[in-house]
Amino acid sequence: MTSFVQLLVSGLATGAIYALIAVGFTLVWKTSQTINFAQGEFVMLPAFFVLAAMDAGAPFWLAAAIGIALSVVILGLLFKVAIVDPMLKYGVLPLVISTIALSLFLKEGAKDFYSALGQPFPALVPATDIRVLGTVVSAQSLAVLAVALVTIAALHVLLNKTRLGRAMQATAQNPTLARILGIPVQRMILLTFLINGALVAIASILVSPIYLAKFTNGETLGMAAFIAAIIGGFNEVRGAIFGGIILGVLDNLSAAYISSQYRGAFPLLILVAVILVRPHGLLGRAEERTI
Amino acid sequence: MIRPATIVLVAAAAIAVVAPFFLKPFGIYLISMWAVLTVAAIGLNLTIGYAGQVSLAQGAFVGIGAYTVALMTQAGWPYPLAFVAAGALCFAVGWILGYPALRVQHHYLAFVTLAFTSLVFLVLRNEEWLTGGTHGINGIARPVFFGWSTGKPLDFYFFSVGTLTVLSGAMWRMLRSPWGRAFVALRENPVRALSLGVDTRRYTLMAFAIGSSLGGLAGALYAPLVQFIEPGSFALGLSFNLLLMVIVGGSGYFFGPFVGALVAVLLPEWTRIAQGYYLLIYAALVMLMMAVCPSGLLGLAARAAKALARRQLPALRAEGAGR
Repeated sequence: MTSFVQLLVSGLATGAIYALIAVGFTLVWKTSQTINFAQGEFVMLPAFFVLAAMDAGAPFWLAAAIGIALSVVILGLLFKVAIVDPMLKYGVLPLVISTIALSLFLKEGAKDFYSALGQPFPALVPATDIRVLGTVVSAQSLAVLAVALVTIAALHVLLNKTRLGRAMQATAQNPTLARILGIPVQRMILLTFLINGALVAIASILVSPIYLAKFTNGETLGMAAFIAAIIGGFNEVRGAIFGGIILGVLDNLSAAYISSQYRGAFPLLILVAVILVRPHGLLGRAEERTI
Repeated sequence: MIRPATIVLVAAAAIAVVAPFFLKPFGIYLISMWAVLTVAAIGLNLTIGYAGQVSLAQGAFVGIGAYTVALMTQAGWPYPLAFVAAGALCFAVGWILGYPALRVQHHYLAFVTLAFTSLVFLVLRNEEWLTGGTHGINGIARPVFFGWSTGKPLDFYFFSVGTLTVLSGAMWRMLRSPWGRAFVALRENPVRALSLGVDTRRYTLMAFAIGSSLGGLAGALYAPLVQFIEPGSFALGLSFNLLLMVIVGGSGYFFGPFVGALVAVLLPEWTRIAQGYYLLIYAALVMLMMAVCPSGLLGLAARAAKALARRQLPALRAEGAGR
């Protein structure tokens, strides 16, 4: 029973990180129809920004802030201006190809210009266990969970309780109507890219102490984000959170109780099942099909 | 009148025949690899360029084909039989995968095929009793046909290029059949094709299955070329690379895969000065090309030719030849 609770907590922690990544992915998809195949690499990279800042002598908190800021500028602003904008006019496919190339570019870049080896990354809290409700859970998992939940809650408030957030949602749902209502659509789209930049940076800082900062990290993380986004419903931010958490928990439990060799297979099977049975996701709404 | 495209084609064929005699064994290996990857890319081009569906499963089909041939020939079956079996198996798997997967389209199909590739990788890695797990399969023999051994690099090159010629010839004919025209119709205007009585879903499925079987045949060539296969070779990276080859060459152009595979095979060698950075350069070039000309190198060539001569190069574009 103890181990079940531990697995559940670490699963929730992983799931919360997946949720952050998936929410960013969904936001960008919803507002600009950009399917970002480099989202996993977007999570891999900010850890190296932080490490580089620390190599230059910055303390961890400052390095983390620099990492998030760089991520917002490079993975948010620059990504939109240099890659997405010139290509939107060609439709979805060239942009998909371009983000696949971008993922290769970022991966190789991190390998060639920083290191091909996994780098130890400072954790938020020391690796101790604490007793909660009669069982032992790792403090690190709880810290990750707390930061991720605060981030998601802040995002939720921004999107649902503020005027700005409502304008962003309107942009995502119906850009033409939003424009007629006087919402600066382009600025709203840019904002979602910036938010995505911040979310992936936070996810990166949370996940890197667990997996080490390594140039190949993006492969599994990107896949987890796609799967979470699709399970929850591609067109729903709430769905991405839900999908991420389900995925993290299932991943941990199935690895422990069913087969660790086929650990990676369960999320994929869930993905295929969801796509076939409910293509619009568990929480998403059916969109009109284009032929 | 001889069209410039015909001249380019004849020259390219002549180079393909003569070049290996002037190359070292490694060079011959590279161009053999080009022929093998081109077969897989032609298959993927049918799925993307004609049926208009993004598949990230082609690398997995190459893997299935390669393992089929490796296991069958080591169990004593003759190579030609294993070759056909690889194609047939991938056709069947493609059909079974495509049947449910093609209900969803566009980005969803990309994700389903991505999941499929990861699953195939896991099976190849974990089922050690069959595939040898991470150790892979060693010492795959090169085939002998009626006393002609393809054991030497040069012989194997001609075997690969011969197979490529036969398969691409078959593809060329198929695209000119009523069937093939239906594939083009799918790409150009699916709604119109549907209203003209083309069963779009069935033809999309057919294109996907045929494309997959070409992936399997490429795998059947890959195994004896490299003579050693392991699961890592057929992971997502290969599927991404094949996709990039098709796009870089020019998706929907008949000769797009030939050009794309050539770039993918030769670029690492040409940019050897850049050492480890070649993938970085390649990725940057792909992004640049997507921004400038998403229809690929042949699209760029067609555009240039149009600008120069103010007329199209219809022969380069497969569906244009019959006009």
